[in-house]
Amino acid sequence: MDLTHSPADEAFRAEAREWLHAHVPPEPLPSLETAEGFAAHRAWEAELASGGWSVVNWPRRYGGRECGLVRWLLFEEEYYAAGAPGRVGQNGVSLLAPTLFEHGTEEQRARVLPAMARGETVWAQAWSEPEAGSDLASLRARAVRVPGGWRLGGQKAWSSRAAFADRAFGLFRSDPGAPKPHQGLTYVMFDLRAEGVTVRPIGRLDGKPAFAELFLDEVFVPDEDVIGEPGQGWRIAMATAADERGLTLRSPGRFLAAAERLHALWRAQGSPQGARAQVADALIGARAYQLATYATASRFLGGERVGAEASLNKVFWSEYDIALHETALDLLGEEGEFADAEWSQRYVFALAGPIYAGTNEIQRDIIAEHLLGLPRGRR
Amino acid sequence: MTVSPHTPAPAAPEPAPRFLLDAEQRAFAGSLGAMLTAAGAPAVIRDWSRGERASGRALWSRIAAAGVFALAVPEAYDGLGPRPVELAVAFVELGRYAVPGPLVETVAAAAALSAPGPAGRFLPGLASGESMATLAREGGYALDGDAATARLVLAADGLRLAPGHGPVRASLDPARRLTRLLPGGELLDPDPPAGRALLWARLATAAQALGVGLALLDRTVGYVRRRVQFGVPIGSFQTVKHRLADAKIALEFARPLVLGAAVTMAPADVAAAKVSACEAAYATARTALQLHGAIGYTAEYDLSLWLTKARALRTAWGDPDACRAQVLRDRA
Repeated sequence: MDLTHSPADEAFRAEAREWLHAHVPPEPLPSLETAEGFAAHRAWEAELASGGWSVVNWPRRYGGRECGLVRWLLFEEEYYAAGAPGRVGQNGVSLLAPTLFEHGTEEQRARVLPAMARGETVWAQAWSEPEAGSDLASLRARAVRVPGGWRLGGQKAWSSRAAFADRAFGLFRSDPGAPKPHQGLTYVMFDLRAEGVTVRPIGRLDGKPAFAELFLDEVFVPDEDVIGEPGQGWRIAMATAADERGLTLRSPGRFLAAAERLHALWRAQGSPQGARAQVADALIGARAYQLATYATASRFLGGERVGAEASLNKVFWSEYDIALHETALDLLGEEGEFADAEWSQRYVFALAGPIYAGTNEIQRDIIAEHLLGLPRGRR
Repeated sequence: MTVSPHTPAPAAPEPAPRFLLDAEQRAFAGSLGAMLTAAGAPAVIRDWSRGERASGRALWSRIAAAGVFALAVPEAYDGLGPRPVELAVAFVELGRYAVPGPLVETVAAAAALSAPGPAGRFLPGLASGESMATLAREGGYALDGDAATARLVLAADGLRLAPGHGPVRASLDPARRLTRLLPGGELLDPDPPAGRALLWARLATAAQALGVGLALLDRTVGYVRRRVQFGVPIGSFQTVKHRLADAKIALEFARPLVLGAAVTMAPADVAAAKVSACEAAYATARTALQLHGAIGYTAEYDLSLWLTKARALRTAWGDPDACRAQVLRDRA
């Protein structure tokens, strides 16, 4: 058991730190949930890519550095410690790209990934529907076979980033007669500016259009934009969903940096005793998440995969994130009420954590049934 | 940014992180667990709680023979240590079986006995299990001061060998018997490593608490699968499931803190491990009691052996407030 990094890994970390120190914008970018902020974040992605830092663990031919897990974790620690901007490409990079690596064709990878890495194509996630949130098996939006491809119809909801994004990926019911509801779904990529697509931005709690509804009316998708075999969409998506909840969505670097910021805020406020326990717990929680991730990474590299354990992570970080931001707002007092305060913006973002990527109630069911072996039953 | 098992492996493999127990460490935990199962720990605990020591001393010898105390003792004094990671692994198992006795205190005493004279005099006996130590700070309570053969006090003027002990007081956990040690006695070391002793005591307590919490979770999961109400196992109710899922989450995120603290032995890491493991174990105890219902509230039912210990360990060797203060102090 060991926690030291090799000299080569530390050299990589130092290189990342140096580059970030020289390139991270001195002022925070405008919120990426605004047109102006989206454009600024896209430009930042291009700059990251020009330095070779946008997708460090991808193969070089798609814009990566072919790093392994450890260096990805170290890069993330440096990224967030440097106060670098949020990643506008996250949906594509953390959800679609892993799916393409496992289930896509070489043609799809070559076409989609380099543009994703440079922020030229920003992807929205289009899984949920008005009647299907965490229960993806009840999806209704359909894909109908036509010569050379499929025609999409129906409605998607809560599509993150869709207000300003270029393309989307989602699941569509291609075989309504399939014997079970999760069978007969097909995984499709489509253009948000294609004929027949209407994007209606939805303001989240703070009014910013962080997600959108999509109305699809006879939208043509060519065969080359179907991922994997038609009808296999559920299986393909679930593999990525576990990773989303597990490692991919929230790296420890983010929480380590947030806990450090909270600690600095607390000290700047004169270390009030009333918040001492919450501040200490934020530091402890970030360390726990970091070490748990090292353990998971060790298991990955030993050939194991993360299954239901991913649900432990998802509940942990989403509740941790809210507690940390609540503490910060309490420390700020009346200053914490202002919508333009960075802490309040991060707080609004954190509030969604227990809802998306499968609600925490669903995650607790998974933990109870798959990790503890409790019987299925009354919900 | 992403990383996932779907992303291709790097062309030139980087050295793998090693933040997992190795095969030898897992085998050690497994054999210790098997020995403790066979030893029938609940009967030993009940004997110990009544002040009947024969079965407890026999178990103590077997734990020592498995090498547990030797992990805290340097090789120069017939030990195998110091090996805090293996010690943490062992204490998780000792907690899992709610083993009674001054286990943590013997480890802390071994850490305090570092000067060559007292080390040579006491450590070989502690490593072999021939002797049993307790350690207290001056004015504090010593665990099992009546059973220990070496009663040590971290006094203002150094480490002293107490000449005796006062009356035994029952703890909330009947298996923990507390005494005050008598003042005076032989001065063993005018400048003992008190901080080091506290560090080892906290690490061992954190690991023990994690084991207590894991046992409480296991037993409760087993119970709610069997217990039928309204015609179905109560483990099929979502409220019950979610309480147990929360217990699982708390324990699974305390575990890497305990092991990570054993790797670094940094005071802030050890304090973080102590507060997390103890809070997780205590929360699990509350859940375990609630889900067992009235049967869990009875002394005859074995669950009580872990329930009361979870509460006692929470304040032993640094309560949550003291541990959180340590975490913040090291960042100041």
